[in-house]
This record gives sequence, C-alpha cells and structure tokens, in this order.
Amino acid sequence: MTSFVKPRIRRKNQPVNELGLTRADYEGAMSTLCAGCGHDSVTASMARAFFRLSIEPHRAVKVSGIGCSSKTTAYFLRESHGNNTVHGRMPSVATGAAAANSSLTYIGVSGDGDSLSIGLGQFVHAMRRNVNMLYVLENNGVYGLTKGQFSASADIGSLAKKGAPNEQPPIDPVSLALSVGATFVARGFSGDREQLVPLIEAGLKHKGFGLIDVISPCVSFNDHKGSTKSYAHTYKYYHKSVHADFVPPSKDIKVKYDEGEMMPVELHDGGVIRLRKLERGFDPRDRAAATMALAKAQQNKEILTGLIHIDESHPDMHELNRMEERPLNEIPYAELNPGAAKLAELQKNFR
Amino acid sequence: MSAASTNDFVIKLANVNGTGSASANGLLMKAIFRMGVPVVGKNVFPSNIQGLPTWYEIRVTGDGYRGRSGDVHIMVAMNAETYEQDLAELSPGGFLIYDNTWPRPHFLSRKDVTVLGVPLARMCNEAFKVARSRILMKNMAYVGVIAALLDLDLHVLHGLVRDMFASKAKLIDLNMQAIALGFDYAKENFSCPLCFRVEPMDKTKGKVMIDGNTAAGLGCVYAGATFGAWYPITPSTSLMDGFAKYCAQLRVDEDTGKHKYCIIQAEDELAAAGMVIGASWNGARAFTPTSGPGISLMSEFIGFAYYAEIPFVLFDIQRVGPSTGMPTRTQQCDIQLCAYASHGDTRHILLFPADPGECFEMAVQAHDLAERFQTPVFVLSDIDIGMNDWMVDELSWDDSYQPDRGKVLSAEQLEKIEKFHRYLDVDGDHIPYRTLPGVHPKGAYFTRGSGHNKWGGYTEDGQEYKELVDRLRLKWASSADHVPAPVIIKSEKKTNCAILSLGSCDGAVVEARDRLEAKGLPLNYMRVRGFPFCSEVENFIQNHEQVYVVEQNRDAQLLNLLLAETRVKRKKLLSVLHYSGEPLDYRFVFDEILKASEMRKSA
Ligand SMILES: Cc1ncc(C[n+]2csc(CCOP(=O)(O)OP(=O)(O)O)c2C)c(N)n1
Ligand code: SF4
Ligand SMILES: [Mg+2]
Repeated sequence: MTSFVKPRIRRKNQPVNELGLTRADYEGAMSTLCAGCGHDSVTASMARAFFRLSIEPHRAVKVSGIGCSSKTTAYFLRESHGNNTVHGRMPSVATGAAAANSSLTYIGVSGDGDSLSIGLGQFVHAMRRNVNMLYVLENNGVYGLTKGQFSASADIGSLAKKGAPNEQPPIDPVSLALSVGATFVARGFSGDREQLVPLIEAGLKHKGFGLIDVISPCVSFNDHKGSTKSYAHTYKYYHKSVHADFVPPSKDIKVKYDEGEMMPVELHDGGVIRLRKLERGFDPRDRAAATMALAKAQQNKEILTGLIHIDESHPDMHELNRMEERPLNEIPYAELNPGAAKLAELQKNFR
Repeated sequence: MSAASTNDFVIKLANVNGTGSASANGLLMKAIFRMGVPVVGKNVFPSNIQGLPTWYEIRVTGDGYRGRSGDVHIMVAMNAETYEQDLAELSPGGFLIYDNTWPRPHFLSRKDVTVLGVPLARMCNEAFKVARSRILMKNMAYVGVIAALLDLDLHVLHGLVRDMFASKAKLIDLNMQAIALGFDYAKENFSCPLCFRVEPMDKTKGKVMIDGNTAAGLGCVYAGATFGAWYPITPSTSLMDGFAKYCAQLRVDEDTGKHKYCIIQAEDELAAAGMVIGASWNGARAFTPTSGPGISLMSEFIGFAYYAEIPFVLFDIQRVGPSTGMPTRTQQCDIQLCAYASHGDTRHILLFPADPGECFEMAVQAHDLAERFQTPVFVLSDIDIGMNDWMVDELSWDDSYQPDRGKVLSAEQLEKIEKFHRYLDVDGDHIPYRTLPGVHPKGAYFTRGSGHNKWGGYTEDGQEYKELVDRLRLKWASSADHVPAPVIIKSEKKTNCAILSLGSCDGAVVEARDRLEAKGLPLNYMRVRGFPFCSEVENFIQNHEQVYVVEQNRDAQLLNLLLAETRVKRKKLLSVLHYSGEPLDYRFVFDEILKASEMRKSA
C-alpha cells in the first residue's frame, strides 16, 4: 500500500513519528464536550497512541454508538473514516466493517450507557466473536448526554447529583469481559495518561477483541461528593496492578526486564507487550488469576487498573471464519461469479 | 361431480409433521414433473417439529397454470386427527385414500366420494423390521399406491429414488420395495388408473423446480455478495442456508481451504442489520434475510442507512403477523412496513418477486440498486414463494454482467480532486459520491445518523437539514425508473376494467383473469414489481375505470400505497383481499371479482 499521507506544515522541533507526521496530524474537530470532561482526555490519549504507533490515519476506522463518549470519534484522527452509528449498536457495525476489510485498524468508542444497557448484547457478542478491534468504554457511571441518569455501571450506594443513592448492583465491564472470553482486557483512568496511552497502543496491536474500560468522570452530572465515579473518588481508590508497555517490532527489544517485570507477551506482528507488576500485581496471562485479583479488589472497594488479561493464542473472527487474508472488499468480481455454465450445472439437481 | 381428467387435478396429502412425509411428497411431485407435466406444489406446515398436522398439495396442471385451484380431487389422509376435515375438503367425485389397517366406517358418510383403503401400516410392519423404517416406508408405500392410481411412470420414480439416495444402495432397495408394496396392492385391489390420471407431456423442458429462498441465496452468490448476517427465523432461514451451501461449494479455495465470504449468525436482527451496514459501508456486498418480526427490530438501523446513505440489502420473507402471528403461513403483510420503515421521514426501494426465478434475478438487482442509490433495498418475498418448490424457467445468467457498484471514488480519483464532500450532489442526479475507508486520506469523512449537511458536516441548521432530506426524496423518486418495470397483460377484447396485483398472487390472478374472460368479463392486468411506482403504474390505473387490487393482507396495503403515492382516485380501486395464510387460489380471485362486477352492473 502506497502512502498518500502528506504531513501538514509544521513548526521546527515538533516531534514526528516514523511517517513524518506530527501529533497535530492525529487530531480531529474541536470537541464540544463540557470543559473538564474525562472523555476529552481519553480522546487525547487515543490520538497520542495512534501517533506513537505511526498508523496512517486513513488506515484507521473509528466507530461509535451514541452518547457524549461516542461523539468523541469526531475529535481525533480527522483523516480516518468515522461511523457514529446508533445507540448501543456500534459493535455490530464494527463487526461487519472488520469482516469486509481486515487490513485496517479498528477502534470503537462507547460509553457505559451505550455498552452496558441498551448495547449489552452486542458488546458481549463482539467479545465472544473476538472481532479484531480495540473497544474503549468511557465509563462515567451515568448517561451524560441525557443529563445524568444512573447507568448500569453505577456502584451500589453511589449518590446521584440530587442525592438519591443507586441501589442496584453494577455491571463491571472488566469482569464481564473476562467471563465471556475477551482476549485483551484492561482498565485505565482518563486522568492517568501515562498508564492509558501504552494500554491503547497494546490494545490496538492485539489481534482480536481488546477492551479498555476507562474511568472517565462526567464533570456535569457525576463528579460530586458521594459519587464513586468522581475524579476525587477515583484518585483515592485507584490501584495499579500491572503496567503494560508496547514495544513495536522494529525496535530491538532484546528483553531486559527489570525486577518486578514478567515475561513479555509477543504479538502477532512481532511487537511485544512488556508487563510490569506493581504492588499486588498478578500474571495477566492467567485468566483465573486475573479474575481472582479483580474479585478481591472489588471486595476491598479498590479500582484495579492496568492490563488485567491478555491471551494472544485465541483465533480472531477472521481465523474462526477461515477467511482468506485478502480483504473481502478487494476480491474482484471475476473471482466471485460462478458464471453461466456453472449455473446450468447446478440446476441439474432441480429437475 | 368432478369430471374425469387427465393432467388436470389436485392431489392433497394430509400428514403428521415429523414422519418423513416431505421427501415422499416431493418425490411424487417431481415424478409428475419429470413426465413432462407442469405441477404446482404447496406445503402447508405447522410451527412445530413433530406431531402437528401438515398438508402437501400437488396440482397437476397440463395448462401450466401456476396457482392453486381451490379443489381437492384426491386426498391421501395419513393423519387420523384431521380425517374429518380432510374428508370434508374433498371435491364431489373425488377419492380418499387412507390407511385401513384401522378401518374407519364413518368415511362412508359421504356418498359423493370414493374411499380407497390400503393397509399401509400392516403391509409395512410385515415387510420391514426397524421401527423407524416402518414409519418412513409407509410414506413410500402410498407413493406406490398413487403411482398405480395415476398411472405414473415407474422408471421415472425409480430414477428419482436413485438420485435421492445416490450413495446408499441399501436405501434405494428399501424405498423401491416400499413403492412396489403400494403399487402392487393398488393394482390388485382397485381398477387402475382412476379417472384422474397423468399422461406424459412435453411441457417441462427448460424448466426447473426450485424454491424462492434457494434461488435468492444463489442470486446473492451471483451478485457477488461476500458478506451475510442473519438471525434464524422461519421462513427466511433457508435463504441463508442456500447462500452458505453455494458459498461452501463455489467460494472455498481448493488449496488453502480459505473462504472468500463471511457469514455470521448474529445475536439478533438488530445486530444482523448493523453487521450488514458495516460491511456495505466498508465496500463488501452484503445482505440479510429475515421476516416481519426481524424488520420491526431492524427499523432503527434502516433509518440510519437511509439517512447516512449506506447500501443495505434486506430480504423479507413475509409471514402472517402481527407479532408471532402464524409463522409458517403466508401473507403479503409487510408492504407498508417496509415502504416507510423507521422513524422520521423515510421511504425505501422495494422489489416484489412473483416466483423463484424472479427471486434469483431480483437478488442481483437489489444489490445493484442498493449500491447505485446508496440506500436500503427490500426484496419482499413470502412463504409461498420462499419455501415452496415452483416450476420456473431454468435460471439463466449473462456472463457479461458487471455489478453496478455505484458512485465510489477510487484512490486515483480522490488524488485528483481538491476536496471530497460526502453529501454533495456533484452530478445533479441526487446521488452523491461515497468513499471507502482505507483508500485515501482525502476520502475520509464522518458518517453519522445525526443532522448533517451536504458538505458532510454536523448540522442543526433547518435549511441545511431540509436541503439534504429534500435531495434524499428526489433520489428515492428517481429510482422508480430503475426498479423492475411492471408486467402488463392486455386483454384482446376492449375493456375498461383491470386487475393490479403483485408477488405471489400472480399465478392465481393470471388464471382467474383467463376464466373471467371466458365468462365474458375481459380484464387487463398489471403486476407491479417495484416501489417507488413508475409513471406507468399511475397511467395504467388512470386508463381504467375500475381496477381490482388483489393482495394478501387484511388492510389493503398495496391499495393504500397506490393512493398515497399516485394521484389516482379512491373510487377507481377495489380491493380483493386474501389473508387466511394459505397460498392464494384462482377461484377466490375469480369469485370476488365476479361478485364485485355484478354489483357494479346492478348499481
Ligand atoms: C434508541 C435510543 N434511545 C435513547 C437514546 C437517548 N440517549 C442518547 S445518549 C444516551 C445515554 C448515553 O450514555 P453513555 O453511553 O454512558 O454516554 P455518556 O454520555 O455518558 O458518555 C441515551 C439514553 C438514543 N439516542 N437512542
Ligand atoms: S455531560 Fe458529562 S459526559 Fe457529557 S460532555 Fe459533559 S461532562 Fe462529559
Ligand atoms: Mg456514561
């Protein structure tokens, strides 16, 4: 594939990536979200990850549902196709798009309302299919766009802005992902870019479905005292377990791993994820250990973050469907048309 | 009393679901077809896997008519539960065949029919050891009885049995033995053949027997579709089964075993719709087969594809609604639903195939139209077309066909242009250009179901919104001349009355029209094949004083669509509505039109 990408005019000393593009080349339209909204920070982290991975913007595809979070696909990678679909149904559109062309990088952006209520079914089934995409769930415990109703990720006892507590148990996207066999599961925080950007890079490079649940506070409806999705609460109970760094294939990564580091995980394209255990870390390649650690953290009301589970061995949707390498949308019609003679032959059975 | 008849009668088989009768009945119909005599087959089956009553009707029609007649001349009553009903349905002068292993003297309550008892169960129990084959072979034994009674060609039957069990020699013998049991019994005990009999003809050359769903699945293969997503629902399932079967046969690389297609069984119809939209948006030809309940669920996505202008091919194999309704019975009840599916101002392209041959053709046309007009396209089939084997002209293919992929800009074209605007009407034909992801940075745009202007940007400006939806309306209207044109049959006699109909009504309407003309009531006939209606449709109605609109639903959906979408006057149109869930028969159409025309005369 020849590159059509032409860098924008840039100032001296601006950092450039391997394509010669600057960070500005990975930006999008002006955000229309509330000042201080966590989602804007996540947008910046996603743009940064694409920049660092030197992905040609037009070779990436952004898909989203409906919500403040889902709007953000317009705010980064202006030279990528975006598809802002319908509420809760982004996973199906992503699945079809990925099926049609496996050679692009797919990123889905959704919210906790979009993914865990109206879209719960599609969310779970995309994981089961192991669609090759990164799914960023910007989790604020409320429906931001419809002005602050509790979402299904609200914790028991968390207070609404007007004071009423939530009384129903939450759906934790990370536990859910582990239970349905997702092959890359992580949690981050919009306020911790240092942890989040490498997680996004790793998730984009992972072959199969990657989920990053990002705590992303809603400053307008869920950042008050008594909310468990506020900035203050998140900072207080934030608990980093395993730090993941993505190392691209071109870099020589003759593994030098420090104390507290684990065996690096090799990815399909030759890249590597380096894992660093923090405090009470565990081996994220071990699904059972991850599940246990998660349950313990929940019991202690800690927010476990970092790379929680990774499994590079599971076949993705394309492999499971035995699809050929070449994208479906590039197969010439001549190869798809059985022709008149064949049609006559097939009809022998209909006599 | 029914008169004696060669090659013109109806035989109906009443069975219990799950007893293996379907293949025996199919065999019988095919045998007649192979003798060169046209046939019409209708399967009336329950929403059940085992135990409920099911009927199979074979009309032997030397005249080549394609609908039901409404008569039953020979009833094979294999289901004790429905004996009474089956006996009542038999036309005077008809024959009832039943298993008299358990005699039923009350059959003698009708003096105008002849009852032929055959000890099928007893004969099969004596001849076969395995319990299951005793049940299955009873079916083959009645095929043998009928073969003797109708004077069917045994060589033809044997040939079919051989084809059916190609690799299993033992099964061939077993089935032949059962056929012989019945055949010999009938020869010995009845005077064969009956007054109803089959005589070889030469009228099935160049014809095939195929169901509409298989034909549509095959059509999708020929259209070059590479992606299909669906959620199982009767009666659309066999369409995807057909596509999958032919893909497995034709689209798998011999060396690598790799597929040139992808089929996904979605978690529900909403997901199936989203997947197809995603694949189409990304440049693969894609489709979903479903039925009414699925269309209801897909509605939000249908509006999205309409507004964001994404090709989206849907097959609606209509079944009786509302709600779960009678899921194995046929109707044309989703016409209005599909025409305007989704919230907001939406209107869609619809295609109305009348038989499996048109299912094949329209599957290809639907993909061309969806990509040309960048919009949802519905193929409205139904259970009658989709799940019954129809005798149609052998499907043909033009090797020079090239798919119409519509206005998609290539990398080279994008390289040359200054700036790409997704929704700009550059050519003045109301159709904007689209681009595919990954092709060129200049092609990137943001697809959204929220308000957008012609430049492709977000908008909440009323004028910009109106400009775009006005173009959508014009775009849709311009497709009227690209959907399949209506088929018109003109009477040789002068008349100001006509029939207008669509889809699977065709066979019954054509026959009713002939018979009405013979009775002194000549009628012209138009069968619409697409929506939006082209100007010919309106003109046709305007040129007649009275138009009978024949359709299979309660609410006159086609008639109301005509009123809404043309300037014709209400009083010109008269409804003939059939909505019992059984495939339409000519007698119903004949009677209704005759009645109405007499009322008109006396008024
Ligand atoms: C079918 C449908 N129902 C309801 C809505 C209204 N709606 C828009 S966004 C939203 C909730 C979004 O919540 P979330 O995904 O958490 O996004 P956030 O705004 O919090 O980022 C709802 C209910 C809709 N757009 N479509
Ligand atoms: S309402 Fe909440 S989620 Fe939406 S933009 Fe404002 S702060 Fe962000
Ligand atoms: Mg939210």
